[in-house]
Amino acid sequence: MRKLLNTLYVTSPNTYLSLDGENIVILKDEAEALRVPLHNLEGIIAFGYTGASPALMGACAMRNIALSFMKTSGKFLGRVVGEVKGNVTLRKTQYRLSEDEGESHKIAKSFILGKIYNARWVVERATRDHGARLDVDKLKGVCQTLANALKLVEKSQDLEQLRGFEGEAAAQYFRVLDDLILQQKDDFYFNSRNKRPPLDNVNAMLSFVYTLLAHDTAAALETVGLDPYVGFLHRDRPGRISLALDLMEELRAVYADRFVISLINKREVNDGGFTRMENGAVIMDDDTRKAILKAWQSRKQDEIRHPFLQEKMEWGLVPYAQAMLLARFIRGDLDGYPAFMWK
Amino acid sequence: MEYQEEDFLLLSGIQHFVFCKRQWALIHIEQQWQENLRTVEGGILHEKTHDNTIKEKRGDLIISRSMRIFSRTLGITGTCDVVEFHKSRDGVTLYGREGRYKPVPVEYKRGKPKQGNADVLQLCAQAMCLEEMLLCDTTEGYLYYGDPKHRLKVLLDEEIREQVKAICQEMHELYDRRYTPKVKPTKSCKACSLSELCLPKLCKNPSALAYMKKTISEIEVDK
Repeated sequence: MRKLLNTLYVTSPNTYLSLDGENIVILKDEAEALRVPLHNLEGIIAFGYTGASPALMGACAMRNIALSFMKTSGKFLGRVVGEVKGNVTLRKTQYRLSEDEGESHKIAKSFILGKIYNARWVVERATRDHGARLDVDKLKGVCQTLANALKLVEKSQDLEQLRGFEGEAAAQYFRVLDDLILQQKDDFYFNSRNKRPPLDNVNAMLSFVYTLLAHDTAAALETVGLDPYVGFLHRDRPGRISLALDLMEELRAVYADRFVISLINKREVNDGGFTRMENGAVIMDDDTRKAILKAWQSRKQDEIRHPFLQEKMEWGLVPYAQAMLLARFIRGDLDGYPAFMWK
Repeated sequence: MEYQEEDFLLLSGIQHFVFCKRQWALIHIEQQWQENLRTVEGGILHEKTHDNTIKEKRGDLIISRSMRIFSRTLGITGTCDVVEFHKSRDGVTLYGREGRYKPVPVEYKRGKPKQGNADVLQLCAQAMCLEEMLLCDTTEGYLYYGDPKHRLKVLLDEEIREQVKAICQEMHELYDRRYTPKVKPTKSCKACSLSELCLPKLCKNPSALAYMKKTISEIEVDK
């Protein structure tokens, strides 16, 4: 597998990103605060109204470093995209498949099978690890429902049916997500998913981590020559990275949700790090964001064995491996898209 | 048959093609590229040889660097590291030069002479381009290897020419179909700069659908 390079997260808003030779130099109040060689980076994510020099943007585009700008809330603003990589034939095939409902359904089915399989695994795993503290019967019941959902999805005939089964399965899974939170229950609870704005600490964290994952997934798709904006399950919407969202489906539970829950259970975040607005919206403080980014970077370094490729790689490379497998399917090397199904 | 200019393929691709058809297709059809130590070193070596501002004439020898070449019959284009023009009675006249000259291509390679004849085929293709462009004969060329710093004379016989023709034809066939072939993974996959993009394991025909079916069916088992 490819080497996992670092992502640089810039969280202080009053900084300016500039280029000096082969380095990115971060200026704070016009003084050099940090200097990092570009060749160690595969992504730069700047939070807040951080400025960046055109020279740096150019250097990132040339070296295929994904440079993204987010609001401090984690909401995506924009990114610098270099020359379109890969060949036009691959993209045209992607577009052709995306316009074909039947073909789109086949691929989307893989994403959803992966999503439900992994969601089930997260619940199943919790019953094994923390059985003494959990309502195991309830969780096992959800596992069974999700196993049934997999069968329904396999037999689904079209995208609409697929979306229906997916919605039901997601509701089942989210129904027990709160059960998996075993520490700091007074401050961290999950009733339902809300995002505009997030109304509790857990949703604030989920939204933030999903944004990080979407950035990585979109960058991975671009690297292998696919267009992250043209999806199969998510239909096109201007400005939406539909394919990245498609590809993310199978990783949400097992990569993002589980990460968020473990931060809470290990007390790496606490209620003091969140601010509630008058309207109920929850905003994460800088320190919490920093703590999450640090943990996220270290999570990405953890080694796993890819269940389909049977190859060792870091968690951080999983979006890339899946993007590559998707490209290989579209190119005709594989008879289907093998979702990432974690065991 | 003659190829149109826009359909020309890169002569340097012959090397990739001989090494692995899939590698060639990934680079030339899918436009994938990944640098590794070998490719970077090769690039540095060629930067030097490709300085075409240097012109040399030594007695009966003219040395031309970075000469752009092509062949309409093979449908390829590329650049010669060095072409030497040796004064020779059975050579051809050159514009602005006295006497008759015979072109001799010299290709620079980093490292040691390799097993297999990829370098020879590339050199021969260059010679065939020169013959077509200059309407002359070439009978030999040189491969210069960085380790040891030494050049080897290569005779360009009919057999090797036939191989070049066959390879070029096959490259065009694949290119026209935009087809990336699967090939058997070999030991040389380890030395391939593209192995991370190629995923040689995918060449063994694994079924993604069977993998998914099996993984899902195992759920019941561990219940």
